[in-house]
Parts: sequence; structure tokens; C-alpha cells
Amino acid sequence: MGYTLTEKILLEHAEVDHLAPGDVVTVRCDVVMTNDISGPMAFHTMTKMGVPRVFDPAKVVVVSDHFTPAKDVRSANLQKRLKEWSDEQGVTFYGQGRGGIEHAVLVEDGWVVPGSVIAGGDSHTCTHGALGAFGTGLGSTDIAACLAYGEFWQVVPGTVQVELTGRLAEYVSGKDVILAVIGELGVGGGTNMVLEFVGEGAEALTIDERLAVANMAVEAGSENGIFPADATTAAYLDGRTDRPWKAERTDDDALVDRRLAIDLDALPPLVAKPWSPGNVAPLDDVLGLHVDQVYIGNCSNGTMTDLRQAAALLRGRTVHPDTRAIIVPASRKIYAEALAEGLLEVFVEAGAIVSTPTCGACFGGSTGILAEGEVAVATTNRNFRGRMGAGDSAIYLANAYVAAAAAVAGELVHPADVLGRVPA
Amino acid sequence: MRFEGRAVLVPGDNVDTDVLYPGPYLNIGDPEEMKPFLFEGLDPTIRDRLGGDTVLVVGANFGIGSSREHVPRAMQAWGVRCLVGPSFARIFYRNCINLGLLAVQSAEAAALAREGSWIRVDPAEGDIDVDGSTVPATKLPPFLLEAVRLGGLVEWARAR
Repeated sequence: MGYTLTEKILLEHAEVDHLAPGDVVTVRCDVVMTNDISGPMAFHTMTKMGVPRVFDPAKVVVVSDHFTPAKDVRSANLQKRLKEWSDEQGVTFYGQGRGGIEHAVLVEDGWVVPGSVIAGGDSHTCTHGALGAFGTGLGSTDIAACLAYGEFWQVVPGTVQVELTGRLAEYVSGKDVILAVIGELGVGGGTNMVLEFVGEGAEALTIDERLAVANMAVEAGSENGIFPADATTAAYLDGRTDRPWKAERTDDDALVDRRLAIDLDALPPLVAKPWSPGNVAPLDDVLGLHVDQVYIGNCSNGTMTDLRQAAALLRGRTVHPDTRAIIVPASRKIYAEALAEGLLEVFVEAGAIVSTPTCGACFGGSTGILAEGEVAVATTNRNFRGRMGAGDSAIYLANAYVAAAAAVAGELVHPADVLGRVPA
Repeated sequence: MRFEGRAVLVPGDNVDTDVLYPGPYLNIGDPEEMKPFLFEGLDPTIRDRLGGDTVLVVGANFGIGSSREHVPRAMQAWGVRCLVGPSFARIFYRNCINLGLLAVQSAEAAALAREGSWIRVDPAEGDIDVDGSTVPATKLPPFLLEAVRLGGLVEWARAR
């Protein structure tokens, strides 16, 4: 019997001759990533393990992104510790204003290649599956072991293969693809599994769309969301990395635990209603709902693709007087590109807040907290109760077109309806 | 190796780490200081029932979402001895094992347990005793069992 793509990657990174789902193996890391939340706790734990130096400074990346810029003294102390530790260990450090949101930074700076293993102290490390890597989220103690020894224990996951056919319709994005999958699987349906995206519909997705899809694999409980590397991946990596890589695929006779099929032609814009990413409904079901805050950004949907989609709605229009919009490019490079392209001007002219790259309000950290009873539409990945603020606030997850349309209309509307209106 | 204690029931399936330990308090590093925020978004009164000999009995797919280790660290600081539930989210489960906090899968035990039930878990044997009734639980693989036996990944690393 053959192997799945994920089994092949793990086999390459473990000292075993064969493996199967359920086996516990020790996996070697190609990159270990941590941030201002998981990092300081991991550094302390590594010291307790009795290990003074990281296993290989060239494979460790530290990114300041969660409480960035620091909202209080406690957070500032975490940032300070992050920099001091990184300097001391000689690892790559993206300080405040230098990088952006960790997953965006790792991808755009060529740290991630197909077939590699990325161990990240953040649950959305599954984003890196977009480039055909095994990226997986770990807690601080795991990260401490990764920093110390360059490896972590892993139960070999099974595979849910998602076949995408057709093409995305207008105003439908990668966000809707993954919401459809989570709606189908539920928030636990992918546990002990990876999601693997195949088919001509998957191959037609750009890297930005793949990142949006892979990013939310963890919301189905999955360890990673992987796209087999193809010509699109190769084109993206060209000039971005000098790391060697080769494209692999799941063998025809490999054991796939479950298969799902999504017809992109028939996929409408979706939302995830409060308070679960699995509470998925068509946008049409929630039209007319008043929106207090629109948040466009985060590690899933703060790419140039998302900013262009938002700008298409906001160009020449203004944010509704009863609504505020916060736009957060995912990285410094995306920020600079959006600036050069005139998108940031579009947002500012529309009356939106343009933020520095940060995880910020996505996890309720800072810069965009919701008041009691408020409703937000966000391109982020989680709408758990109280995630962005007050316990009775509500978050609707949606794509950037839908979010920007809500900013203009002050309520959930179809983007086509906003574009059909004559700009004021 | 045996873990035992008094059951505290945490109702609901798919309980996420945001309600278990909200984001604004993730800048705290000392587990003692994390204690006042455990269960903050779910039901803060659960904290009043933690007695230092607690076995948390939880719903299915417990601990979904973030990789924040604050959740199991705060649980340990409150004296939680182990968790019993039908299933756990993957990163939360890893974090527990890595900290030496046993999390055992048993839908039967979770269904049987009442608030205050006396629960005994033997992770090597793969069964759970709830008020004198023995029901099956998923056995831990040897590596995980060893990590828990040693008290977590720090002790595992020191023994390496």
C-alpha cells in the first residue's frame, strides 16, 4: 500500500522505515517558529529542561506579532524578552515593524518549502500546508523541546482528501472554500487528520487563496491543511528561497480516511455565525444584519488578494457612519505593496483605520476590541464567544469582499449590491 | 501510576480555549497569576468548585482552538489532577501530556460521572473507576504514558 503526502513528509523526517496513522513518531523540524506569547514561556521551559542553547540557530525564527505594538507593560516585557533571547541565541528575529504576522512572514520570506516540517508555537501554523509543507501548531512545552532538540512527538495523522472542482465565482474566495469544508466536517471532524486539497479546482487557486484555505484547517480540528506542490507553488517560490525541495503527491493506493467534494462553481459567499467556525451559512441567510465593526486582516485573510478585494468595494465609497472598519495588512511587505499600489489611500479616504501588521484584535489582544452587544464581520479565523471582546459580542467570519461591503452598507449585504450602487 | 480525585463537571461539547482562558490575559507567564482567568469566558463559578483534588469531567472535543498553554498550566495551578472526556482537541491534548497533566478519553466515564463523583484513573491499564464502577478508557501509547509518568516533557528531557 502506498503513502499519503503527509506520511511521505513525516517518513522523511523520522528515524523509521515505515509508518501508519496512529503511530507515535519523533519528527525533525526544518523550521521552529515562535512568538511573543508562546516564546517567553518556551524559553523558560527550555531552561528548565537544562538546555542552554537552541539546537540550530539557523532553523529558529522568532516573530513579534501578537501583543504588537505592546498594549501595556506586561506585553512590553514580553517583547523585550523576545528580542533579548533572540539576540543571545543568534536566531532570526522579526521585531516590531520588521516582519508582521508570523505565518505571512515565514511564507513570503522563503522559510517554507514543499515537503518541509514547520513547528510553530501558534495553532495557525497549519497555514504552511498551502505550500505543501507539514506545518503544525504546538504549545510552549513542545516548542521548548523543538528549540532544544529540533524535534517533537507526533501521532501520524490520517488524511481527509478534499477534491475541489470548478472555479470560484465572483465575490467568492478561499475563505468560502474552507468555511464550506468546516461546515461539512464540523469543528471536530478533522481531528487526528490532515486536510489535503486536490483536483483541478485546487490547482486553480492562487497561493493567497490556498493560504486562506490551509489556515483554517485547525478549525476543523486538523493538524495541517496541505496542497500538493505544483506549478503555482514553484512560480511562487522562484526567487524567494534557495532551500531545495521536490513535489510529492499522495499515492493512488494510499489509505485515505475520508473524501469530500466541493464544487466551486456552486459555492456562494458564506459566513460562520457566532460562536463557532463550524456554524456556517450562506451570506443570503444573514442579509440586513447591522454591523458595528469590520475587521479585514489576520493570518488567514490579510494578503494582497484580500486588500485588493476590499479596495474594490471601498474605492470611491465611504465607511457607513454607524460602522467602523479596521484594515490590517498581514505583513510589512504586504503593507508596503498596498501602499505603493494606492490601496491604503483608498482605505484612509473611505474612513477606515489602517493598522500596522499585528494579530491585534483577532484574538482579543488589542486595537479593535468589541463592546457589549456589538456585531463584527471579520476575515479572521475564529468567532468563539468573547474572542474579540465582550462576552455577548458577535463575530461573523466572512471573506474580504463581504466584509468590505458590510463596511460600506453598515450591514451584511451582497458585495454585488454595493458595487451596483452609484458611489457617493 | 494512578490518578484519583473528585469530579468537577464542565458541561458542553467543543469548549474552546478562548472561553477557557481569554486572549487579553495571554501576556501572563506565572501560572499562579493565570488562576483568576481560567474558565473566565465559560463560567467563572467553575473556579469555586476546584478543590485541589479535582478531576475535570469535560465534553467532547474539549479545548479546541489556540495553542495557548495557559489553559492546562492554570488548571495545574488550581490543583486539577487529570481530565476525563469523550475526546480532546489535538493541541490542547498535547499540551496536557507535555505538562504531565493526564487527559484520558472515555465517553463512558464522562457519561457516568456526577459532580463530586470519586474518579480513579489508571492510564496504563486503560480503565477508569467512577464511584466504584469500572468502565473502559483509551489506553495511552507508551511514549505518552512515559511522559506522563515522568511528570511531563521537562522531566522527560532531563532524563534524556
